[in-house]
Amino acid sequence: MTGLTTLTTLAANTTSTGEAVQFWILGTVAVIGALCTVLMKRAVHSALCLAATMIILAVFYLANGAYFLGVVQIVVYTGAIMMLFLFVVMLVGVTAADSLKETLKGQRWLAALCGLGFGVLLITGIANASLKNFNGLGAANTAHGGNIEGIAALLFTKYVFAFEITGALLITAAVGAMVLTHRERTERARTQRELAEQRVREGRQLPPLPAPGVYARHNAVDIAGLLPDGTPSELTVSRTLRERGQIRDVSTQALEDLKALERRSEDRLGREGHGGPALPGDRNDSGRDGNDSGRDRGGSGHDQDDCGHDQNDSGRDRDEEEAHR
Amino acid sequence: MSPVNYLYLAALLFTIGAVGVLIRRNAIVVFMCIELMLNACNLALVAFSRMHGNLDGQIIAFFTMVVAAAEVVVGLAIIVSLFRSRHSASVDDASLMKL
Repeated sequence: MTGLTTLTTLAANTTSTGEAVQFWILGTVAVIGALCTVLMKRAVHSALCLAATMIILAVFYLANGAYFLGVVQIVVYTGAIMMLFLFVVMLVGVTAADSLKETLKGQRWLAALCGLGFGVLLITGIANASLKNFNGLGAANTAHGGNIEGIAALLFTKYVFAFEITGALLITAAVGAMVLTHRERTERARTQRELAEQRVREGRQLPPLPAPGVYARHNAVDIAGLLPDGTPSELTVSRTLRERGQIRDVSTQALEDLKALERRSEDRLGREGHGGPALPGDRNDSGRDGNDSGRDRGGSGHDQDDCGHDQNDSGRDRDEEEAHR
Repeated sequence: MSPVNYLYLAALLFTIGAVGVLIRRNAIVVFMCIELMLNACNLALVAFSRMHGNLDGQIIAFFTMVVAAAEVVVGLAIIVSLFRSRHSASVDDASLMKL
């Protein structure tokens, strides 16, 4: 206890070199975190930067002798409020990036200018204020036996009315949040049987909806399955993703692959067409080796043709590789 | 180091938060910037409490935290219901109070 008391006196009464070092290092990080909160494009990154800033502020509270507030800052702010923020970010959609379109022309620069002016005003105001007397929290923290006891003594005597009002405020906030997020059901929820009957009656989509993804290539839920002609089918992606516009389209890629495949096979067939009499084993892959050797045996007059044939072979190998993948 | 530096840091953080409120369009990020401003105020209050040698500043900071918690709950509920009705969390889309 005496150790804590001396620590309290020390921490609150003097600004040691250690505290100065801590202030300059952590203060820089806090400002960087705050800037990142404002400048990061995605809300999740902003939330994480803000959480870092809040933890640093908790350390500053502790350094200032406000032990209770320091712990409450970590528990309430970074533990509860920031997690609530992250929940809402996840609910709203992590990828919902900020629109960079300016509604008012030049508003960003004006806002930054106003902020700069405001900051300069605030800082010169603090610089001009007479903040010479510096008492330290030592006496106040030890008057009732500690920081928490001192706060409790004040909270339940001088500020007891405000404390009670706070309770009413919290209850109101909880009820308000429930009312705001509650959705009134205007009709009874339909049962599974009724839904099935409705589906049969409408006759639009009797079997279950098709699955997303393209077989053996992609199976992510946000990639629409491809119809036989290569166009994506919107039906295969879940309604939520469809409404958010988060469908990745790989149909053009698939179509290009298909086109390349066709070109290669045409190439091969075309060359084989004018390269001499086609052997019956020419079409299938198993007869390829025999075919090659036969062609070599055919004589030296077909050197050019052999070259072309080799190219075709390599193309065919690529085909096989892709099929494996 | 003078403890006035804490006040300068608080002023800086408050300014950054205010600029963020003005320039960002995402309602959630705007809300986070408001939290940043509240935190900066709390830091200033704690520093004042240390300067004056009494705990009243810490009590006020404590009340600020309670009010901020209540505010976050209601504000995020409003953002969620706005997102439900408009499918966007941008403050530009919520320019009309009605749907």
